[in-house]
Amino acid sequence: MTTNLAHHAVKRPNLRKRLTLGILLIVAGLGIILLFGLNNKPGLNTTFGLTPQGDPNVIPIPDLVLPVQTSIYVLAIISFFVGGWQLARGIRSTGLLIGAVAFCFVSSFLVWAARGNSMDLVGMMNTSLVRATPIALAALCGVVSERAAVVNIAIEGIMLVSALASVMIATLTHNLYLGLLAGVLAGMLVAGIHAILVIQFKVDQIISGVAINIVGTGATSFISNRYMQTYLDKINNSGVFPNIPIPLLVKIPILGPVIFENNIIVYIMLVLVAVTFVLLFYTRWGLRTRAVGEHPKAADTLGINVYLVRYVNVILGGLIAGIGGAYFTLGSVGRFDKLMTAGKGFIGLAAMIFGNWNPIGALGSSLIFGFADSLQVKMQILKTPIPSEFLQMAPYLVTIIVLAGVVGGVHPPAADGTPYVKQ
Amino acid sequence: MNANATQPNPGKSGQKDKLINGGKKGRGSRLFQTLLVPALAVLTGFIIGAIVIALSNDAVIAAYRNFFHAPGTALAATWKAIAGAYGALFRGSIGSFADIRNGIRSYSATGDSKPLLLAIYPFTESLATVTPYILAGLAVAVGFKCGLFNIGAEGQFGIGALCSAYVGYSIHGMPWYLHLPLALLAGAAGGALWGAIPGLLKGLTGAHEVVNTIMMNYISFRLSDWLLNGPMKATGYRPLTPVVENSAMLPRFFPDPLRFNWGFILALAVAGLVYWFLFKTTVGFEIRAVGANPDGARYSGMNIVRNFVIAMTLSGALAGLAGATQVLGIDHWVGQGFSAGYGFDSIAIALLGQSHPLGVILAALLWGTLRSGATSMQSLAGVPIEIISIIQGLVIVFVAAPAVIRWIYRIRAIRTETTVLTRGWGK
Repeated sequence: MTTNLAHHAVKRPNLRKRLTLGILLIVAGLGIILLFGLNNKPGLNTTFGLTPQGDPNVIPIPDLVLPVQTSIYVLAIISFFVGGWQLARGIRSTGLLIGAVAFCFVSSFLVWAARGNSMDLVGMMNTSLVRATPIALAALCGVVSERAAVVNIAIEGIMLVSALASVMIATLTHNLYLGLLAGVLAGMLVAGIHAILVIQFKVDQIISGVAINIVGTGATSFISNRYMQTYLDKINNSGVFPNIPIPLLVKIPILGPVIFENNIIVYIMLVLVAVTFVLLFYTRWGLRTRAVGEHPKAADTLGINVYLVRYVNVILGGLIAGIGGAYFTLGSVGRFDKLMTAGKGFIGLAAMIFGNWNPIGALGSSLIFGFADSLQVKMQILKTPIPSEFLQMAPYLVTIIVLAGVVGGVHPPAADGTPYVKQ
Repeated sequence: MNANATQPNPGKSGQKDKLINGGKKGRGSRLFQTLLVPALAVLTGFIIGAIVIALSNDAVIAAYRNFFHAPGTALAATWKAIAGAYGALFRGSIGSFADIRNGIRSYSATGDSKPLLLAIYPFTESLATVTPYILAGLAVAVGFKCGLFNIGAEGQFGIGALCSAYVGYSIHGMPWYLHLPLALLAGAAGGALWGAIPGLLKGLTGAHEVVNTIMMNYISFRLSDWLLNGPMKATGYRPLTPVVENSAMLPRFFPDPLRFNWGFILALAVAGLVYWFLFKTTVGFEIRAVGANPDGARYSGMNIVRNFVIAMTLSGALAGLAGATQVLGIDHWVGQGFSAGYGFDSIAIALLGQSHPLGVILAALLWGTLRSGATSMQSLAGVPIEIISIIQGLVIVFVAAPAVIRWIYRIRAIRTETTVLTRGWGK
């Protein structure tokens, strides 16, 4: 069905889509003016801090001071221009246009929200990246596994188990890296169970995922209630990975403090995104994975071991999700609490689909969710007239609108979710 | 497992079975097969649960340190731990027979109904817990029937609960025969709206219902946070809605504290209606056809978009109704985190019940009874409540993987029938 739809979409002159998108972009521009551009006192400025305070590693640069009214008008005009262009001409790279207008919208919102105040922009971007880390790792786990046509909605359960395993081993051995290793192994183990159930026993992949989530949350909560909270200092107090500033790179203005001064799990995530991208699209392993995901029978005919590829990919996915799980304990608070992943595994799945099963796309959409997460905290401090709950809804609403109006049907690997029976 | 549940043409498959197996005998053995695997799955789940209970018990571990000197003590301690936990689970969910007997005796002797009511409290409380699970399980099942994976039952449940609470407490002086149906309908309508949006988007633009229902969940959480702290907040410190009017409450069968109410009957009736709708109406047939083979349905002239929207609206309405019965029958107000856990539980129930209304009722009975008894197991036997989640998850694995159960118990598969319950990302 999906393939049929895609086929039609290519053939049809994309007039309706073009008009919808153009109108949507212009509406966004109007929204900027109506929501943020009216009733601002003239002469009011917003200050964006570009240097984290009290950080010796960073070369200080002056703050960015923007006049509120003018900036909002400029951003709105850019949105109108982009929308009008789309209406008149129609541009192929719609992602770029949406990105530009989304940037305008968010920037004008920030300028408006912090009017007459100052806001630590660099700090916020850094928080976004950190909050996006587990989401991106979850999404990456999904990408690796689903490119070989195994749907993995067990990520939430995998991350909980590895969060618990990593903090336990790290506390027992007093070594955070051994803890991380334990988390990774735990993730691979749970993903391995999923693999056996769906590849060997041909269990429906979604059912297996739901069951693993239930057992995973149940087992970790059980152990947490029974042991982790009782023997807190013996097994549930590991400390966290320190932030490691990367020499030289941290000196780059803005980018330095945002990217190059984080803990090791954030770096691992960034490297994994790049590595997975290259491996998937430029290596033999990637080609085989995608072949198995799109047309397993053809792949089998050409001598690729479909089962082996699927086992390897699901377990590799577990490795990645295991790192994501370790983030929750070793990367942020240093102790395990039940249900601490708080639905991040599912947000990761949404990010994977939003990013069209592509590692870079997955990172991009994870960053959107991470940004929304960090915005939430900031907004409570700034006290905007809009109730903060509505601001918190924004990323979810935007995801729905973008998926519906613009991206429409995403294209999962053709064989995604179907077991392969060798004949 | 149940051919009627999975194949779009129930009449033909039944005939085929008769031809193969020869009339009544075949049907009996198939029913046995259908029930055997879930029963063994539940049994296996409980056995593994027992192992976990024993392993997490300090007295048992201590006794096993001394196993070679006193094996009897170790085994006795194991038995004591397991029997204590499951005994408490049973007493907490069904009740104790001795209490019930004494209750009946004292009622017939003195006319005092109190001991009897106290004795049947656990059982009725289980049935009260089961009520929203039946409806929420049906919600997910209807989605599955149309090939849609509704992860959003939790949000639809919460919105339904809020809508029915609002109608329940804001209208005064209306007779119950108008107020109660109105409040129930409001709940169903709220859930229906929450479900229809992803259905409509899926139909019109192909936007993925899994993503959209997850997004709708988060939107509903934020919305209810806002409502409970603002417009719908009762006077006081805590974020709770006011108590609904008496005229909007689902009547209870027994005096307080027994909360068993007409919601249970309503849920059973709705399950019957859903069965009739899915299997005896043209629209229901189309929904199942779209679920079984969207391409085939399209080529035979069925409107895919319309069926997606109908299925998701119905699914949302059922989840919203589940929330309404919980508010109007049991809690009488809505607080924060009201819907937590119902989304997952309802998926599990729909899977366990093979997406068939009757199966969903049975699965919900098991699920709700376990959940209801777990609290007293935690307080009486000191076993954390989460053991129930472990058992439940294992049961789902084993039900979904009959091959594992057959492998453990060495049962030969008589007929292998692949049932498509979900289709990945809803292709």
